[in-house]
Parts: sequence; structure tokens; C-alpha cells
Amino acid sequence: MNDILTPILMGIMLGGLYALISLGLSLLFGVMRFINLAHGDFVILGSYLGYGILTYFGFDPVIGLVISVPLMFGLGFLIQKYLMSRAFEVSSDTPLIIAFGLSLIIQNANQIAWTPLSRGINTGYSNASFFIGSLQFPVVYLLDLLVGILVMLLLREFLTRTYLGRAITAASQDKKAAELMGINSKRVYGYAFAIAMALTAIGGVFLGMTFPFTPTSGISFLTIAFGTVIIGGLGSMWGTFIGGIILGVMQTLGGYFFGPASQMLVVYLIVLIILAVRPQGLFGR
Amino acid sequence: MVNQVLLKISNIDVFHGTFQALWDISIEVRTGEMLALIGSNTSGKTTLMDTISGLLHPVKGMMEFNGVDITCLDPYQIVELGITQVPEGRRIFPDMTVLDNLMIGSYCSCARSTRKQNLIRVYELFPKLEERRKQIAKTLSGGEQQMLAIGRGLMADPKLMLIDEMSLGLAPIIIDELFKALKKIRERGITILFVEQNVKRTLEEADKAYIFENGRVTLSGSSAELYEKKQVKKAYFGIDECEI
Repeated sequence: MNDILTPILMGIMLGGLYALISLGLSLLFGVMRFINLAHGDFVILGSYLGYGILTYFGFDPVIGLVISVPLMFGLGFLIQKYLMSRAFEVSSDTPLIIAFGLSLIIQNANQIAWTPLSRGINTGYSNASFFIGSLQFPVVYLLDLLVGILVMLLLREFLTRTYLGRAITAASQDKKAAELMGINSKRVYGYAFAIAMALTAIGGVFLGMTFPFTPTSGISFLTIAFGTVIIGGLGSMWGTFIGGIILGVMQTLGGYFFGPASQMLVVYLIVLIILAVRPQGLFGR
Repeated sequence: MVNQVLLKISNIDVFHGTFQALWDISIEVRTGEMLALIGSNTSGKTTLMDTISGLLHPVKGMMEFNGVDITCLDPYQIVELGITQVPEGRRIFPDMTVLDNLMIGSYCSCARSTRKQNLIRVYELFPKLEERRKQIAKTLSGGEQQMLAIGRGLMADPKLMLIDEMSLGLAPIIIDELFKALKKIRERGITILFVEQNVKRTLEEADKAYIFENGRVTLSGSSAELYEKKQVKKAYFGIDECEI
């Protein structure tokens, strides 16, 4: 009994991380119907920022978010304003290609800046662990889950309670109607992109504390984020969170029953089945 | 106040891509008027509404609102100036509550300070919306959704309201109720420009009307005048006086 409890609990905590790195992708799709192919690389950029802040300035990467979140927020706003908004005017495929280009640029820039070697964010509590009953878990995994819940709730509150959040939600439900209500869709898109990037800064740091990463890790985490939002339903924050938990648990259970080599295979088979049965995702509209 | 020109559209041409949807349209809306656009589907009425709202821009001609040139303004700037559109198909925000929909209506900075009064007035006009303020908008009936769309438009504190196909798909009894509401809105000093399919009803309600055919205005005048016109009778009431 305890045997199977370990992968389930690990999966739930891992799912918190998956939700955390997927919220930005989900937000952008919900608002702009834009699949950000560079999302994984933005997350890894967030990891490197956390790593750099720890290595060169000695700040705990969680405290370092005070620097990296506004940095990524600003970068996101600029990317939307000067790159994506123009691409959207050309055609709906253009932003996809631009994002792919950005992905390659970030990967290569990271290789130059940090070498292709595998890195990890090692803090004082990186190797600490805690017990539930007699079961031992890494503290970082618990942080992943707690931060995942916290960020998801904050994002939900922001989207339903503030002027800007409501405008973003309105634009995601009906862009034309939102514009007719006096919402400046270009501005809303700029903020949505900026917020999505700020979320990747947070996700990146916790990812970097949980797993080792290289400049090319972005693609595998983009795939995981895809799976998460597909299960949860693109554009729904609550759905994305549940999607992350399901994906995390499937992965650890897959590993438990079929061995670590096939754990991701199990995950993607389940994503495929959900897509076939419920293409809009479990919580999609 | 009445009889002052509020919106003046002069000789505009509007394209959808390469297709010319409006040809040399000129329209005048005076303060306090209730003005109607009549015409079959695809005759350009909705295109004109969207052009006034700034979703489309004319390639030729000019639009002036309250003395301000609005030809090249974006939708959010148009709303700030006091023009709101209640779009065809209502287009309420389906997954938001009734109250949140109304709140989005007062998003523009021009309406934030008067939000509370406007909300009270909307609830006075449509008491059903107050009863259902916590309900998710997509669960409302068609008539209630239309009330919500109109209420949401009023929240922006407009001087001019554009209402597109208000009665589409609604029961006659609800249409009566909505037209009564429009009268009350008008009594508050809001000018109304609306599009309807039901020509007879439209001419009964409006002071003036413009008749659209294939993107051009073919006839205009007071409702009483138009009612008597041969072309109108023939095209819209199925009465051909030549045959009688």
C-alpha cells in the first residue's frame, strides 16, 4: 500500500510544477489563440536567470524572482509590442514561425552564455527532505506544489477581480465584443504576453531546483506543458492546474508500473486518449 | 440640444479585403433621434455599424462625432468618445456572470466614475438583470441575453448607441419589451441608431430611416414618408401597386 502511495504523492507534487510551467502557455492560448512554441525556452531562460542570480550574486533564486519576474515581464511586453503584434497582422501562422525562431535564438544564446553542460539550481534546501508517515520526499517537490497552487490562485483572482484581468478574460471570450466595450486589445495582448513571461520566470526557477537542465531542455518541457494544457483544456487556469496534477501522477504511476523508460509513453498515450474522447480538454469550453 | 448634428458621415467607402462593402455613404444623425438602417442581409448595415465603431476604417470619406474627426480612431477610442455598439448576435461574454458582463461595459475611463449610477439605471430598466446578476451569462434566455447586451452598452455611458439586429430570433412579446426599453433609453437623452430586419416595425419605431441596397443608400427620409414610398412597399411589404 505504502509502495503505491509514494508515486501518487510524488506525482501530485510534480504536477504542481507542471501546472506552474504551463500556466503561461495556457494564458496565451486562451487570450490570443496563440501557441507559443518558444514557451519551453522561456521557461529554461527563467531557470538560467535563477541560476545566474544565485551563482553570481549569491541570492536565493526564490528571492531572485524579484529581479527576474519584472525582467521577463518587460521582455514579454516588448516581444508582443514590437514582434508579435506585427506578426499577427500578417497572418495567423506568422507568430508561430516567429516563436519558433525565438526558440532557436534563446537556445543558442543560452549555449553561448552558459555552455551546453547540464546545470541545476542548488540551494541550501535542495537536498533537504521531509516525511509523510514513513515516506520520504524532497522539500523542493513540496515547494513546487505549494507555489503551483499559490500562483494559480493569484492568477485566477487577478483575472476575475481586477480591471486589467477582466479585460484579458473578456478579450479571451470574445475579442470583437471586448473591443466594442472599449478594451484596447493591443494593450491587453501586451500585458497578457508580459504576464505569461513573468510566469515562466517563476516556473523556470522551480524547474531548475527540481530537475537538471541544459540549453536544449526547453523542448521537452514545452511538450509537458502541451500535455498539461491539453488535458486541462486550453485557456482554463483551474483546468491547467488539474491537468498538471493528472500528468504528474500518470508519469510517476507509469514509472512505477512500467519502469522509468516508459513513463512518458504512458503520459502521452493518456493525452492522446483524452484528445480523442474530449478534444476540448477535461475543463475546456 | 435636439437637431444638432451628432454624427456626420460623409461619402465613405469601406472594403472587406478586396470587396467593397460600402459605396459613398453619407448619413447624419442628430442628437436625440432614433434612426434606423433598413436593408436585406449583406446590404452593408452591419459594415456601417462596425465602421462607426472603428473596427473597420473607410478608405475614402470622413466621419465626425460631436465635432471630432473619428475616421481613423480605434474602437477603444470611439467608446471613450461616447459611442457604444450592441452587436449583432448579442456577443455577451458567455462564461462571465451577468454582473461581470455589465462591469466590463464600464471598462472605459469615461464611465468608471459614473459606474454605480449607471448600474442602478440599468437595473431599473431591466429588473431581471438584477435578479440574475450572479448567473453565468450563457445560461440566460435569448431575450435576457439581449437585455444584458443593451445593459452592458449603457454601462459605457454613451451619447450614441448603435444597436444591431436587436430582435433577431426573439419572441414578439420580448421584442415589444425591448422596444419599450429603447424608448426609455431615448428619454434619457441617448441617441439611437439601429438596424432591424422587420421593416414595418422599424418604421413604426424610428423617426427616420436609411434604406440600404448592395452597400449604397438608395432611399432615406422620415418614417412616415418612407412608409408611403412605392419602392418600400414593393420591396419590403410585397405590395406592388403597378399590379393592382
